[in-house]
Amino acid sequence: MLELLGYADRFSVAPGEVIEFKVSAFEGQRFRAEIVRLIHGDANPDGPGYKHVVVPSAIEGEYQGRNQPIEAGSSGVVPHHPAFAALESFTLLAMVWPTTPAKGRQAILALGEDLVLAIGEKCGLTGRVGSTTLESDAPLLKRHWYLAALTFDAASGRATLIQRPLHGYPGAPDAAMVSATAKGPGLADAELLIAAEGNPRRNHLNGKIDSPRLLACALSPERLEALLVRPLAADLLPDLVAAFDFAEGTRTTRIHDVGPHKLEGRLEQMPARAMKGWCWSGEEMCWWRKPEHYGAIHFHADDLHDAGWSTDFAFTVPDDLRSGVYAAHVWCGDAEDGTQEDLIPFFVRPRRGDRNRPKLAFLAPTAAYMAYANDQNHIRGEAAEMVIGRLVTYQPADIFLHDHPELGLSLYDRHADGSGVCYSSRHRPILNMRPKYSSWLGATGSGLWQFNADLHITDWLESYMEVEFDVITDEDLHAEGLALLEPYQVVITGTHPEYHSTRMWDAMRAWIDRGGRLMYVAANGWYWRIAFHDELDGVIEVRRAEDGIRTWEADPGEYHHSFTGEYGGLWRRQGRPPQALLGIGFMAQGFDICSYYRRQPDSHDPRAAFVFDGVDGEIIGDFGLIGGGAAGLELDAVRHDLGTPPHTLVLASSEAHSDIIMLVNEEFGVVPPNLKGSEHPNVRADMTFYDTAAGGAVFATGSIAWCGSLSWNGYDNNVSKITGNVLRRFLDPAPFR
Amino acid sequence: MRYQIQPEDRMLVDEFRQNPYGRHSPGLLRILNRMRCVPLDGKYVLVCTKPFREWKLAIHGDRQRPIEILHDHVFTSREEAEWAVFKLRWKALTGEELN
Repeated sequence: MLELLGYADRFSVAPGEVIEFKVSAFEGQRFRAEIVRLIHGDANPDGPGYKHVVVPSAIEGEYQGRNQPIEAGSSGVVPHHPAFAALESFTLLAMVWPTTPAKGRQAILALGEDLVLAIGEKCGLTGRVGSTTLESDAPLLKRHWYLAALTFDAASGRATLIQRPLHGYPGAPDAAMVSATAKGPGLADAELLIAAEGNPRRNHLNGKIDSPRLLACALSPERLEALLVRPLAADLLPDLVAAFDFAEGTRTTRIHDVGPHKLEGRLEQMPARAMKGWCWSGEEMCWWRKPEHYGAIHFHADDLHDAGWSTDFAFTVPDDLRSGVYAAHVWCGDAEDGTQEDLIPFFVRPRRGDRNRPKLAFLAPTAAYMAYANDQNHIRGEAAEMVIGRLVTYQPADIFLHDHPELGLSLYDRHADGSGVCYSSRHRPILNMRPKYSSWLGATGSGLWQFNADLHITDWLESYMEVEFDVITDEDLHAEGLALLEPYQVVITGTHPEYHSTRMWDAMRAWIDRGGRLMYVAANGWYWRIAFHDELDGVIEVRRAEDGIRTWEADPGEYHHSFTGEYGGLWRRQGRPPQALLGIGFMAQGFDICSYYRRQPDSHDPRAAFVFDGVDGEIIGDFGLIGGGAAGLELDAVRHDLGTPPHTLVLASSEAHSDIIMLVNEEFGVVPPNLKGSEHPNVRADMTFYDTAAGGAVFATGSIAWCGSLSWNGYDNNVSKITGNVLRRFLDPAPFR
Repeated sequence: MRYQIQPEDRMLVDEFRQNPYGRHSPGLLRILNRMRCVPLDGKYVLVCTKPFREWKLAIHGDRQRPIEILHDHVFTSREEAEWAVFKLRWKALTGEELN
C-alpha cells in the first residue's frame, strides 16, 4: 500500500516562479524531498531503465509528514443571512432528480442542522424540522423529477413533507405527503447547504437539483407549483426569501438568487452545470439559447475538484534552470515496489515572453494527462481484459486507487450514479501520471501510457539526439496561443495528444500555416474538443457527444460545454477532423501487442528522401518496449475525404495487427463484420508527411507505440533513425521546395 | 446464448500456450472472449509485486471487497500467469483439467 502521495499547485512553472507541493504521509511519517529532472521513466529492464538527475535546491531535506485526507462530494453553500434566522413559518422547496435514491441519506437542502430536506433511508423523502423527523415511505424512482418540499406553520406547529412526482406511473406509488407536529428549528447562524448537510459536509446527494426556493410562510400543498413560475405570483412576493436560478452563472462556480436579497452562493468540488432541468422539453439542445430549460445542477458524492491539501514545501525555480520535465521526489523508505516514494511531476517552461529560445519544443499534452487522471476503467470496467487481450495488471498505485475512490475520477469514468465525468482537475494526486508507472492499458512489455510513455521522447531527445529543447504544455498553449509557439521552428508532440481547446487548435493551425513544423509522433491526437474554465486553473471539461470512442455518453441536450457554451464532442464533428491538421486521424485501437510498418511507394518520392536516409529494408519498427512493435495501441490513417491534404505522402503503413485491434466506431455506420485487424484494410497506421506554402510541415507516425521503439538496441534502429532524420531536417531552416 | 467451449476446441489450447498474446485464430479468440467477459466480482487479475519481475494472482471483488491477493500463486513472467488463469477458466467452463 502506498505510504505517501502528493501533488503540486501547477503543472507548468517558469524560471523565477514558485511551485508548491502538497504531500500526505498517511501515517504521519517523516519524509525526505528533493527536486529531480526526469530523463527516462520506463523501468523495463529491456530498455535504458529509469533515469533522473537530482537538481540541488533549497527544498532538499527532511519533513514531518501528516495525513491529509480528501473530502470528495460537491455541494452548494449560501452563507448565513439574517432572513434565515428570522424565519418562523417557512416553505423549503426544490425540484430534484435523484440518481441513487437507494443509497441512503442524501441531503437536498439544509438550513443548518435543524431544517433539512433530504432523501431518507427508505428511498423516499425525509424532512427534519427542529427535533421532528418526517419520512415518506414511497420510494423515489431514480432519474425522475420530483417536487420536494417541506413546510412549517409556526402558528399551528404543523410540519408537512411533500413528495410529488412530475410524471406518475400506475402501480408506482411514489407520491407522498406526511405531516407532524414540530417545534420551529433554530436557524441562528445557519448557512444554506445544497446537496449536502453539516460541517464538515456529509450526506452528499447524487442527482440533480433545480429551482430551490425558500418562502417565509407555509404554503399550502396545492400551491407549491406556483413557486416554480416566473414571475412569481404577486401574493407570494412579500414572503419570498430566496429563489435560486442555477441557469445564471453557468460558466462560474457561483449560484444566484433572483429573490429580494440577491443571495450569492458558491459551489464546492464542481458539480456539473449546464444540465437539463425539470422543464426541459427537447425543443432546445443548447443551454445558453434557452437557459430556463437548464436550471439544474448535477451533484455527485464523488465529485472532486480540489483535494485542498496544505503545502509542505515550495520550490522557487532558479533563473538558470533548463526547461524540462521535473519531479519533486518524496520518500519515506526504499521499498522495491515503490510504495514508499512519490515523484510528483511538473514542467519547467521557458521564461514568459522570452522569444530567444532553442528551435525545438516538446509540447507536453497536459490536457490529456488531466483527462486520464486516475482513470478507473481497469478497476470498474468489465471489458478491460478483452480490450487489452490479456490479464489486467494492477500496480500498487492501482490497488490504492481501488481502495480510495475519494482520489477522484477521470474523463473516462462514470460517477457512482452512472453519469459521465465531464470535469477533471489536476488539484489532486494523479497516480497514473508518474514515472516508473506501468499502465494496464499500455500494451505488453513496458505498458506505458501518456506521461510515462512521453518520457521516451524527451529521453531520446536528450540522451541520444543531444538536442536542446524547451518543454511547453497544453495549458500554456491554451493561455498564450500562437505567441507560445512562435519562437520555435519545430514542435514535437507527446504520444497521445488527444484533447484540445479551440484556442489550442487555432494556435497550432496558425503556427503550421506560418511555417511551423510539427512532429506528431503519436496517434489519436486532436480528437476531443475540451474547454478550460474561465476562472479556475487546472480543470478541463469534455462532453462525450454524438460518437467517438466513448466510455460514457453525454445525455441528449447536454452536449454543450458549461465552461464556454461551445458544442462539445469530437473535433471531427466540429468540421475539423484531425486529418485536416495532421494528415491522419484516428482509425483503430486495441491494446495487446504492437506491429510494424512497411514502406509505401511514396517513401521513394524525392520529397521524402530525407526521411529514409540511411534506412535499409522495407520493414520499420518490428521491435520496441511497447507491445514489441512501433505500430499499435491506437492508430491513425489518412482519409482524403476528411481533409488529408492532397499532396500528403504516405511513407509507410502498418500491417499484421492482431484481431484485438479494431476499427473505431466513428468510422462506420452500419456495423460491418470485418472490424478486426486481420480483416479491415483501414486498421493501420499511416506514416505521412506534408509541407505548407510557408515552409511549414507535418510529419506524422500514426501510432501511440512509435516512441516505445526509439531506444531499442541502444537507440540504433530504424525508428530512431527515421525520427532523427525528420528532426534534423525540420530543424534545418531550408524550405522543402 | 453465448458460445460454449466444445470438445474440438481442445486443439486451440496449444495455440494459446505457445502464444498467449496477440495474433490468435478466430476460434481461440472466441474462447478467450468467452473467458474474459465475466463479471468483475470474482474475476482474476494480476498484481505486480516486483516491477517487471514478479506478479501474483488476485481476485477482484467488484469494489465490494478488497482485491484478494493469492500469495501462493506467484509468477515470474506474465505469460506464465496467463497460462495458469487459462487453465483455471477452462476447468471452470468445461470441468476438464489441462496440463
